Amino acid sequence: MEEYAIEVDNLTIRFNLASEKVDNLKEYVIKLMKKELIFQEFLALQDVSLKVKRGEAWALIGVNGSGKSTLLKAISGIIKPYKGTIKVNGEIAPLIELGAGFDQNLTARENIYLNGTVLGNSKKFMDEHFNEIVDFAELWDFLDTPIKNFSSGMSARLGFSIATMVRPDILIVDEILAVGDFLFQKKCMERMEKLMGSGTTLLFVSHNVETVKKICDHALWLDKGRVKMSGDVESVCNAYADYKK
Amino acid sequence: MKIWIDRINIFLKYKDLLYQLVTRDIKLKYRRSILGYLWSVLNPLFVMIIMTIVFSTMFSRNIENFPVYLFTGKMLFDFLSVSTTQAMTSVTGNASLLKKTYVPKYIFTLSKVTSCMVDLVFSFGALLIVMLVTRAHIYWTFWLFPIVVVQIYIFCCGLGFFLAEFNVFFRDVQYIYHAVITAWMYLTPIFYPVESLPDTVQFFVKGLNPVYYYVAQFRDLVYYGRIPGWRVFWGGWIIAFVMLAFGLWTFKKKQDEFILYI
Repeated sequence: MEEYAIEVDNLTIRFNLASEKVDNLKEYVIKLMKKELIFQEFLALQDVSLKVKRGEAWALIGVNGSGKSTLLKAISGIIKPYKGTIKVNGEIAPLIELGAGFDQNLTARENIYLNGTVLGNSKKFMDEHFNEIVDFAELWDFLDTPIKNFSSGMSARLGFSIATMVRPDILIVDEILAVGDFLFQKKCMERMEKLMGSGTTLLFVSHNVETVKKICDHALWLDKGRVKMSGDVESVCNAYADYKK
Repeated sequence: MKIWIDRINIFLKYKDLLYQLVTRDIKLKYRRSILGYLWSVLNPLFVMIIMTIVFSTMFSRNIENFPVYLFTGKMLFDFLSVSTTQAMTSVTGNASLLKKTYVPKYIFTLSKVTSCMVDLVFSFGALLIVMLVTRAHIYWTFWLFPIVVVQIYIFCCGLGFFLAEFNVFFRDVQYIYHAVITAWMYLTPIFYPVESLPDTVQFFVKGLNPVYYYVAQFRDLVYYGRIPGWRVFWGGWIIAFVMLAFGLWTFKKKQDEFILYI
């Protein structure tokens, strides 16, 4: 077994921001002929390194636009690095947006299968865990209702329930628990703690320093795409709190 | 070698997703309609009747059993047109999902073409009805139709990958392709016999129009009841795989950049 769950080395992510967004052929040709096609480079992350050991819980903190979500997306494999390497050992469950794969016109039952397979599970696996998912989401009464009639809290419950059913090696959570009522948030916290108890590694983004301190043991502070500080959760959070004042 | 094993494993991991996406498309298409799947048969049948009435006075003089002639061509061309048009928006249409979770992007393109192929297979019911009503002879070669369906499916997958990739960067491809499809339809012998074209045009249609290869084979099997000629048969397979290789190549080359543009 590898010691590290996630190894990120000198990661740089570059976005090509066209000075004006050109997304059609007509404008592209016109701009090309007028020599107006200028691309601005924008580095969302620069030289970020992060080593996460198995079973650790890391928080990513920083103001909006500091690159937290970009780092999570890079680790989940959604965005490819421009420079540097990312090595991930184990299955990832990315909770970047709950229910991102839901089809609004399908019923909850159909969406459980659709979303489960989007996360890379087999149909057989979903069959086996179907009851467990519905139990956790407490949606037995609405199984055959199309998702478009669900409240945002209800679909978040279903999304969380499906994503954490996988028993992932690495759980990536991006400020998703803001939706849902108090009881559900408590339930999600319990489940996350239970998963961590069984050895799941956690990456957690939240603006709530109290929650971060409660569930994480390490923290990485990003500022404008660079690592400002990394290490023990208490010291990083305190430094971040001082900086904010 | 190892990279190919990895790729196959990833595909196998997501094959259930492909199945879910295809069934979703088909379910949603017919949900809340009284006649349900029957529309797959009725819709082409209605269009068929209208087109027969319109065109039979113009072209049918030298075509025996015009309805079957028309239907065999139209079925395949409709599949090409609908499946590639839907494949084109398969990546951009799933932008919100692709930004939030890792899924192999080609699955979405493949699922669109596949659900259209299921529709194509459904419409064989309509073809059989037309054949029975017009008292056409159903030759044993009819049952070799999967050969043509597989070829045109591979071709459409390739074209779909290319269009999906192109559409990520340039959204007006949709309008351009719409015009291309219209021209393409008139250059395909669907409601006229290829022999009625001037010699030079005929040469280009027979040589360069990929759909001609599939329509010709399909008519050989269903309409004339004979084994397709070696030229259209092997030509059809070669074109299908060349298109697939080209589509996959362009898709793969650019797929890591998709996320920045969707």
